[in-house]
Amino acid sequence: MIQIRIHGRGGQGVVTAAELLALAAFRDGKEAQAFPSFGSERTGAPVTAFCRINSQPIRSREPVYHPDVLLIQDSTLLHQVDVFAGLASSAFVLINSTRDVEALRLTDFVIQHPAVQMHTLPASDLALKHLGRPFANIGMVAGYAALTGEVSKAAVNQSITEKFPGRIGKLNGAVAAEVYDYVAANLAKV
Amino acid sequence: MSYQRVKFYQTGTFTVGNRLLDESDRTVQARMDRTNSLNAGHRACQGCGEALGARYALDAVMRATRQQMVAVNATGCLEVFSSPYPESAWQIPWMHSLFGNAPAVASGVAAALRAKGRTDVRVIAQGGDGATVDIGFGCLSGMFERNDDVLYICYDNEAYMNTGVQRSGSTPPRAWTNTTQAVGTNPGNPMGIGKNLPRIAMAHGIPYVATASVADLHDLEAKVTKAMSIRGARYIHIHVPCPLGWKSDPAHTIKVARLAVESGLFPLFEAEGGEVTDRTPIRKKVSVEQYLELQGRFKHLFHPRDERALETIQAIADANIHRYQLLPLKA
Amino acid sequence: MKHHIEGSQAVAHTVALCRPEVMACYPISPQTHIVETLSRKVKAGEIGNCQFLNVESEFGALSVLIGASAMGARTYTATTSQGLLFMAEAVYNAAGLGLPIVMTIANRALGAPINIWNDHSDSMSMRDAGWIQLFAQDNQEAADLHIQAFRLAEELSCPVMVCMDGYILTHAYEVVDLPTQEQVDAYVPAFEPVQVLDPQDPVSIGAMVGPEAFAEVRFLAHHKHVRALEAIPRLSQAFQDIFQRRSGGLMDTYHTDNAETLLLALGSVNGTIKDAVDELRKEGWPVGSIALCAFRPFPSHALRHVVQDAKRIIVFEKDLAVGMGGIVSSDVKMALQGLPIIVDTVIAGLGGRPIPKASVIDTVKQACLEGLEEPHFLDLNWDEINRELTRQQAQRRSGPTAENLLREVGPPGTKPV
Repeated sequence: MIQIRIHGRGGQGVVTAAELLALAAFRDGKEAQAFPSFGSERTGAPVTAFCRINSQPIRSREPVYHPDVLLIQDSTLLHQVDVFAGLASSAFVLINSTRDVEALRLTDFVIQHPAVQMHTLPASDLALKHLGRPFANIGMVAGYAALTGEVSKAAVNQSITEKFPGRIGKLNGAVAAEVYDYVAANLAKV
Repeated sequence: MSYQRVKFYQTGTFTVGNRLLDESDRTVQARMDRTNSLNAGHRACQGCGEALGARYALDAVMRATRQQMVAVNATGCLEVFSSPYPESAWQIPWMHSLFGNAPAVASGVAAALRAKGRTDVRVIAQGGDGATVDIGFGCLSGMFERNDDVLYICYDNEAYMNTGVQRSGSTPPRAWTNTTQAVGTNPGNPMGIGKNLPRIAMAHGIPYVATASVADLHDLEAKVTKAMSIRGARYIHIHVPCPLGWKSDPAHTIKVARLAVESGLFPLFEAEGGEVTDRTPIRKKVSVEQYLELQGRFKHLFHPRDERALETIQAIADANIHRYQLLPLKA
Repeated sequence: MKHHIEGSQAVAHTVALCRPEVMACYPISPQTHIVETLSRKVKAGEIGNCQFLNVESEFGALSVLIGASAMGARTYTATTSQGLLFMAEAVYNAAGLGLPIVMTIANRALGAPINIWNDHSDSMSMRDAGWIQLFAQDNQEAADLHIQAFRLAEELSCPVMVCMDGYILTHAYEVVDLPTQEQVDAYVPAFEPVQVLDPQDPVSIGAMVGPEAFAEVRFLAHHKHVRALEAIPRLSQAFQDIFQRRSGGLMDTYHTDNAETLLLALGSVNGTIKDAVDELRKEGWPVGSIALCAFRPFPSHALRHVVQDAKRIIVFEKDLAVGMGGIVSSDVKMALQGLPIIVDTVIAGLGGRPIPKASVIDTVKQACLEGLEEPHFLDLNWDEINRELTRQQAQRRSGPTAENLLREVGPPGTKPV
């Protein structure tokens, strides 16, 4: 089972990202569960959402305490919230930022957790280009798919179309395509 | 020995009827072709204004709907005296749920009728002033605001009579009740508070609002009949004396009700879409004192005489007369 | 067909297929997604001539359904928490009148302190109102139970609450096999009321009943629930025949054979509990679990039969009878009267506190090795409790308890989980 935790802020589509991931996994023929860290979050407040992907039916209802995958949609949370709490030793971490790991002052963390694979992706910028608004969630999901293959790009594209019918879906599809290109050009597939 | 033939001066009028009389002596109300929603044998007190008002109002609804009607009743005197298990006095489909929800239950009946595509059956809801202006006010306002196809009738006897005469939001100034006793420096119900529900109903902009009184049953029937010719939320507020709670003579129920109208304390009017469209002019104006002195609940205003209170109450009546133009304007 | 769908959407979609005729709703989190979806479906004309009323309160919502149901319409609403309390008078009334209304409870805690997260305090507050209460383990069951609820309610002329955990289920996306209209139509027959307001055949409904007959009327309400104990498994089987999957029934048992210790719970936590059972079994602990679906009526007889060979039952319950302890465990103890079985009460998951699998496992081991105090509170922060108790002893005006604790713990959402 893959356990994913997504951190962001209210209004950034964090919960939607978890839903997209789960839907994509479902389209890949897997069992999947997505749920938010339930609350009356207002715009800008720290928000967490969870996703589980498995080949077997998923029964657990506990929050994701030990994520295999950590998606951080807002890098300003890095030093505010304990986003790395319970992180699996060989976890995959993707951070939405134009800066690299070093600039984000995470070098020490990477050294202390040698098995953790950490990447940064300018998801907000790429979204801004196509949507005119810096919604990073599509980019983060697409980036995770492109970098790990744990969900297929085809399924991500399909879930984007399902979730956002019409024009918005097309624009979000363009964001995903751009992210795939960016990953191919700039980041090694792990 | 010779028998003197009794002359029934009410023969052919619209006053309360007695079906035990010969056909030729009956009032219009007692004719066999008239409907009868509320059977004889219910357990209302002697001189109950609510029983009288309810019977005339619902009979009028029955006639207007050709008996295709459903009534929803709030908890209260009317509900209790008409439906002790297993004796129901109702000849119509009738439902009681709770004290505070009759308007919503009626909305539900109306919604079910809409869902079933039935336009032939109509629904009315009824309750006393406590159920209407106080505990059921939220549901009533919701029913008005949604303009549900319900006629709501309030029988206003100006206090919680079913529980033994306690003050309601409709209790008039200075009236004694068991929670506004005639003691202290300001005996009775305080001045200047309370709720005028017909005006609140009008503020919702619903198609039809009217006031009526058991003093004028023909007018009451006409207003109910008119209300039933209209679709949407409608409200009729009927003034119904309660001999028990008002400490008045059961034989004086109609008289007391008439004095309330003739003094201007209970103005009779109709309003459509939030605007007053008609009123019943006062035929012979009386002072509020004439109305108040028949009721033991105002006794403390006269022993000793409370001139200020009487003047203030008279001012309320005069304001009504002015607001609703109940007297011809002086040249 | 299998969909990856939010729990609320699955429920709304399924309710729509049950052809409700009148719905009256008032918004309250976490029920809103259900009623929003149903409102849209009604407005789009997808549910026949169904009427959707936006009302002024939960009390008004259920009151509307009381009138509509008495008029012979199939009726539905959803609420939770304070909303259920606000409609309490009508909740008892609907059951007393025997009106087959179906209501979803998106289970949520009761205030004060105000808390929008999940526990079962709301449903438990109405457990004696006369409604049948069914608890869903997951969103598949939450959807399926609504189909069974309409048939059950209308067969018995008794209202049914379908209880699903707020947020944990209502806001969770997972795979749900949504039924077809044909399947639902085959299972839920047209509503034939046992009582109806009909001008052709006038009856009075809601009469005052005195001491002469009240006890008999109440007995008959109880008897209806006794009949439900037979109807619930029968309708669950009939459901399985048409939909080819198991849902509902009185209870769902997991590895109960040869189990010395049984965990018992209502609702979604049973998923975590089953995972815990698997892990404990791997370590050699003879444990199993029971997910109670029917809480009202309480399946005492069936429960005795299932647990007769066990030595211990640990009830995990998301509620608290203040001053007493467990609500579910009290019922379990009453059901098992005379059997030599220890019943432990574990108060867990209050106000949305997660119930981690690790805590469940630790608690089971502790119960089996050392026993548990009664009632046992799962994962309490004793430091904060003792700090507040000390504060209260130190000064008369110690201030509001909830706010004092928040000052120490921090506002909601500032911890990762």
